[in-house]
Amino acid sequence: MIDFDSIDWSDIGQATLDTLAMLSGSLILTVAIGLPLGVVLFLASPGQVWANRVAHLGLSLVVNLLRSVPFIILLIVMIPLTVALVGTSLGVVGAIPPLVVAAAPFFARLVELALREVGRDTIEAVTAMGATTRDLVLRALIPEAMPGILAGITVTAVALVSFTAMAGVVGAGGLGDLAIRFGYQRFQTDVMIVTVVLLLILVQLLQMAGDRLVRHFSRR
Amino acid sequence: MIQFESVAKTFTTGGLPALHDVTLSIAASEIFGVIGRSGAGKSTLVRLINGLERPSSGRVVVDGQDVGAARPADMRALRRRVGMIFQQFGLLSSATVADNMALPLRIAGVPADARKARVADLLDRVGLAAHGHKYPGQLSGGQKQRVGIARAIAGDARILLCDEATSALDPETTRDILSLIADLNRDLGLTIVMITHEMEVVREVCDRVAVLDAGRLVETGPVADIFLRPQAAETRRLLAQAGEGHADHADFPGRVVRLTFEGDAIAQPVLTRVARETGVDLVVLGGHIGRFRQGRYGQLTLGVTGDAEAAVAALATYGAVS
Ligand SMILES: Nc1ncnc2c1ncn2[C@@H]1O[C@H](COP(=O)(O)OP(=O)(O)O)[C@@H](O)[C@H]1O
Ligand SMILES: [Mg+2]
Repeated sequence: MIDFDSIDWSDIGQATLDTLAMLSGSLILTVAIGLPLGVVLFLASPGQVWANRVAHLGLSLVVNLLRSVPFIILLIVMIPLTVALVGTSLGVVGAIPPLVVAAAPFFARLVELALREVGRDTIEAVTAMGATTRDLVLRALIPEAMPGILAGITVTAVALVSFTAMAGVVGAGGLGDLAIRFGYQRFQTDVMIVTVVLLLILVQLLQMAGDRLVRHFSRR
Repeated sequence: MIQFESVAKTFTTGGLPALHDVTLSIAASEIFGVIGRSGAGKSTLVRLINGLERPSSGRVVVDGQDVGAARPADMRALRRRVGMIFQQFGLLSSATVADNMALPLRIAGVPADARKARVADLLDRVGLAAHGHKYPGQLSGGQKQRVGIARAIAGDARILLCDEATSALDPETTRDILSLIADLNRDLGLTIVMITHEMEVVREVCDRVAVLDAGRLVETGPVADIFLRPQAAETRRLLAQAGEGHADHADFPGRVVRLTFEGDAIAQPVLTRVARETGVDLVVLGGHIGRFRQGRYGQLTLGVTGDAEAAVAALATYGAVS
């Protein structure tokens, strides 16, 4: 019998805040690192201004390596680095570095893909105007790829929500952690249902906000 | 204004050279056409002018600047004086028409108020005054190319490069765009290099034309010479393919005469006079009257019955006979 009476709502409130803190902190850093990385990946690809086979291959390899390591492994392997970076490997703060290391390469790839959709003629036209590479990136590539980049941020945010669930392993808290500890390990099905519903609402809100932004920036 | 000195270009990805020992000179304020079949090297040639490609050997000199040897800052300065338009327009779909036109000014560091004034001029100049706030996705192909042209000349360009600029447009829009380009040449003294695989584009607007075949320059000259007195086999092939030149009528039982006439002769009653004076009968087997940028011309294929020699002699007083 599930009656929802035994739920400690303040636990759930705290867990929701922890999830939001992990998500927003790691998403901001992921975009801050992944966007430039994606731009460099694109510029180094064949036929582009910094076309460089070795650099492109090397970067791709690192990105793919980080993308292929399961998050739970990354979380544990990174503990010493996390401590060095933020002073602790525990809690919300301790979860953010591994979240960023997992998500930034993934997001960079999405940025590279979005930039590849920008027309060859458009890039040449802007280059032929006498644009510096900086002008090309800031005034043409990123504005043109904005819908794709925003869609990439949305996909990355949703992926981060599911990563945060695993961050409970390092005692980061959050909704996913609550679901595992109460719902799974103590058979408190009611807690599990509530946390899953809250996660679903979060993902749904992220997706809706993302879709809206993409539509706003689409001019094709 | 633009000199190619023994220019060759081989792409590092291998294959045959895209250009072979090309030497040519384009004068200031002329409209220079480059024609050739697909893959002949036309785009490569025009891209050498603004440094989108660098020559493998030889020199390209534009407005006194050796393009192949230009350092990055000099290259950017040169590119600001050389506008370019493209087959697919190359506009920013995320920016309005006005912002597209303002982009080269922004890049050149022109202050906002000067930019605004210049964009208003440009919108007027290309007939888009009512469309400044629209996005390229809301425009027709011809309107998009007008934006492309305005953007290319925004920073006071002295040279305009057109790479298949009308190839994506219907014939009527093509004519509008060509007349806009001719106006810019006349009003601003712009030097224009026009790449195309369409013969009639060259015929309508160019002063001189170069014919490229497999990376080699096979013929260069005034448009009338290339159209009416082609020397190279490739030129004849391009003309025949475009339906230009004389019709072929081997099945006429009498003598077939090809008459080419230019200038004043166009307005003369050639056929009736020749028939009256020599007593021959003339049959029109094919022909057309066309227009170059400078003057008109006609090409007639005639069947002659009667004293063919007398007819040929009489026709020859009006134009070239073969
Ligand atoms: N970036 C490039 N890399 C390798 N080969 C190229 C490149 N650009 C053009 N080519 C080759 O050079 C030749 C001439 O191409 P192009 O100048 O585009 O011809 P056109 O504009 O007359 O159709 C073609 O054989 C083409 O495949
Ligand atoms: Mg081409």
